[in-house]
Amino acid sequence: MTTHVAHSDAHHDDKPHGFFNRWVCSTNHKDIGTLYLVFAFIMACVGALFSGVIRTELAQPGLQFVQPYFFNQMTTLHALVMIFGAIMPAFVGLANWMVPLMIGAPDMALPRMNNWSFWILPFAFTLLLWPLVQYLLFGTGGGAIAGGWTLYPPLAIQGGDAVAFSIFAVHLMGISSIMGAINIIATILNLRAPGMDLLKMPLFVWTWLITAFLLIAVMPVLAGAVTMLLTDKYFGTSFFNAAGGGDPVMFQHIFWFFGHPEVYIMILPAFGIVSEIIPTFSRKPLFGYQAMVYATASIAFLSFIVWGHHMFTVGMPLGGELYFMYATMLIAVPTGVKVFNWVSTMWRGSLSFEAPMLWAIAFVILFTIGGFSGLMLALVPADFQYQDTYFVVAHFHYVLVTGALFSIIGAIYYWWPKWTGRMYNETWAKVHFWWTMVFVNVLFFPQHFLGLAGMPRRIPDYNVAFADWNLVSTIGAYGMFLTPFMFAFILWHSLKKGAKAEARAWEAAHGLEWTVPSPAPFHTFATPPAIHDEDLAHGDVTH
Amino acid sequence: MKWAGLLRSKLGLLAALAACANVAQAVPERWQLNMTPGVTRVSHDIYQIHMWGLYVCCAIGIVVFGAMIIAMIRFRKSKGAVAATWSHNTKVEIVWTVVPILILVSLAYPATRVVIDMAYTEQSQMTVKITGYQWKWGYDYINVGDKPYHVHFISRLDPLSDKTRQLRSGLDPWKVEDNGEPAYLLNVDHPLVVPTDTKIRFVVTGDDVIHAWWVPALGIKQDAIPGIINDAWTVIHDPGIYRGQCAELCGQDHGFMPIVVKAVPMTEFQKWLDEQEAAATRANAPAAPAPAAAGAG
Ligand SMILES: [Cu+2]
Repeated sequence: MTTHVAHSDAHHDDKPHGFFNRWVCSTNHKDIGTLYLVFAFIMACVGALFSGVIRTELAQPGLQFVQPYFFNQMTTLHALVMIFGAIMPAFVGLANWMVPLMIGAPDMALPRMNNWSFWILPFAFTLLLWPLVQYLLFGTGGGAIAGGWTLYPPLAIQGGDAVAFSIFAVHLMGISSIMGAINIIATILNLRAPGMDLLKMPLFVWTWLITAFLLIAVMPVLAGAVTMLLTDKYFGTSFFNAAGGGDPVMFQHIFWFFGHPEVYIMILPAFGIVSEIIPTFSRKPLFGYQAMVYATASIAFLSFIVWGHHMFTVGMPLGGELYFMYATMLIAVPTGVKVFNWVSTMWRGSLSFEAPMLWAIAFVILFTIGGFSGLMLALVPADFQYQDTYFVVAHFHYVLVTGALFSIIGAIYYWWPKWTGRMYNETWAKVHFWWTMVFVNVLFFPQHFLGLAGMPRRIPDYNVAFADWNLVSTIGAYGMFLTPFMFAFILWHSLKKGAKAEARAWEAAHGLEWTVPSPAPFHTFATPPAIHDEDLAHGDVTH
Repeated sequence: MKWAGLLRSKLGLLAALAACANVAQAVPERWQLNMTPGVTRVSHDIYQIHMWGLYVCCAIGIVVFGAMIIAMIRFRKSKGAVAATWSHNTKVEIVWTVVPILILVSLAYPATRVVIDMAYTEQSQMTVKITGYQWKWGYDYINVGDKPYHVHFISRLDPLSDKTRQLRSGLDPWKVEDNGEPAYLLNVDHPLVVPTDTKIRFVVTGDDVIHAWWVPALGIKQDAIPGIINDAWTVIHDPGIYRGQCAELCGQDHGFMPIVVKAVPMTEFQKWLDEQEAAATRANAPAAPAPAAAGAG
């Protein structure tokens, strides 16, 4: 015992030895955060591969490369992998790394569950992707599910046994998300250092706290919906089968009761990240801290009562259409408050434009463009023309790629020095940023035009009038394919050759995470830190 | 000058956009940027709401992004900007909560008017039942005025598009035309024939999975759901051919079940329909289960 203590003191940490002990059995929030982020990166590459097939087939009219059914598998898997495999795990990874560091906690509240919630994910995605792998490698089975990620019956249950694989995969992802959410809530509510009042927490912690409640509320709903699909397909029930007295539209109501909060699950943590980055590089406290917290909470509340706006054309009664239109439009108010607050934070600041700030500013602008098309989509009459067209595709890619993904990339650049103790190369990071800015807009902006001109989504082939903008969009996609490699290279180079980072890697960065050394030691805040208001992320927040 | 040329091309773009607003257009155009107003009162109303929404978003965008750009130019640390320390201002926060609500009301009011209009399917002069199948559309003429009809036919992708759209067919999609228009994947064997200046009620359902019957020029998109009957209506004033597509993923050939609506004057329509009715009666009269002329699903 005595020798052990002496040993750990000498090395200042006691990382488990060996790959298996260190990573597979890990209960350390930093290591698990790293696992989540690496997993998300791999899944993002897989998802990008699927979109590569999609954009290649859509580069010109006529079918050149794949059969329509395979094309449908690609669109379905692209969505499932990007949503559940890339964006959500990346945010959970960031939460794992940063929440304990930001609230002065030694680790997550439930470290073993933390390990489990991560290690479920590789199994979930093996299940999801296996039918495709089997089809491609061995030519057996019918391939992956192809009914769209929204899994609408009766189409969804027409697929082969890939349906069962996918439903069990969704169950596992749901279990993982719920456990992750419980862990985050337990950590935030129980392990804050004394003096870290709720209304002194960094915005990133606040947004994740609210997101975690959304996850717990809606993932079981999704699990219920897909379970009913499963029994409809295999056990002769008729939940969604009109011939047996069921209702196909009921599935859509249940799915979107999950699906709309899910949208906010993927964007609220992004709001938090941007609310950390912009004050740091504006050298000015966040404008309207409390308004930001309340706006986040109102968006979360509204997210539960607007699901019908995904279904304006299913034939809802007039009152339903009007209600869902008004409720949806209301979301623009708290979202607007957030955007105005970010801009006001920059106003009369002292701005510098390091990589995290560039991504954050791009987030504010491009996410707002996604918000604009969202507002237009809320207008029921106009939605009758937009519904299920490329206008919608453009809308949610602005929100999810230039929104959620940009914030994740910004967050990685922002906290990378804290994680690794090394700075990245600012010039290359700027190349990465501007390259992405150009091609992401070449990729997605023309899709607005395609949708307005009348191109439906989820089609492998189209009229020649759509050829030009589709080609432009595909060129943008090819430009985007280089970005993960650029990013990986920049980070690898930083690990090998990057300059040493200081504890406070950015001169105006506030928050407890910057009070520990860079790289953050394996164990931090074993004794709770004393909270000084000037250390807090958002300074004096008593007003 | 380069700028002058750029400006001219921008103006040309605007002119093209404005032209779109006046000319009814049956097929999408190359490099098309905006929604077209369509050919019915409802589709025009939808277009107005779309444009109003677009203008409002542009105006907000100019203010917000303008402020960001000014901040990024004026308040740079490299130019010696010193950060202020304020972090809230109750007055402006109230303003930017209340003003957006007023803007939203200005959007919601006209939208509500149009939604109510779109939902009013009563007092129609005729009814057509639309059924979505994997992967074709079935049309049933139920009645015109008080007179019941029994005309039914199936409408599927035209043979030339169908040949061309096979994987690596070697055929050129640019060469698929109909009525002088590029009609690849937007043409069918049997179009839905309807009369002009008549309030038509469509009842829409699905046979197998969910489809959606969408004709942009009419401003109609209605999901075709098994076990459920939805309805929609239109009054078309200009005779013409209006093209659309299935808008809800319905399986492998979702992209290959277009819709063509052929609007003709009432007298011509009545003549066509009576011919079809006579043919249907002939086909149904003998007990022999003859397959319908247009092919059964
Ligand atoms: Cu269909």
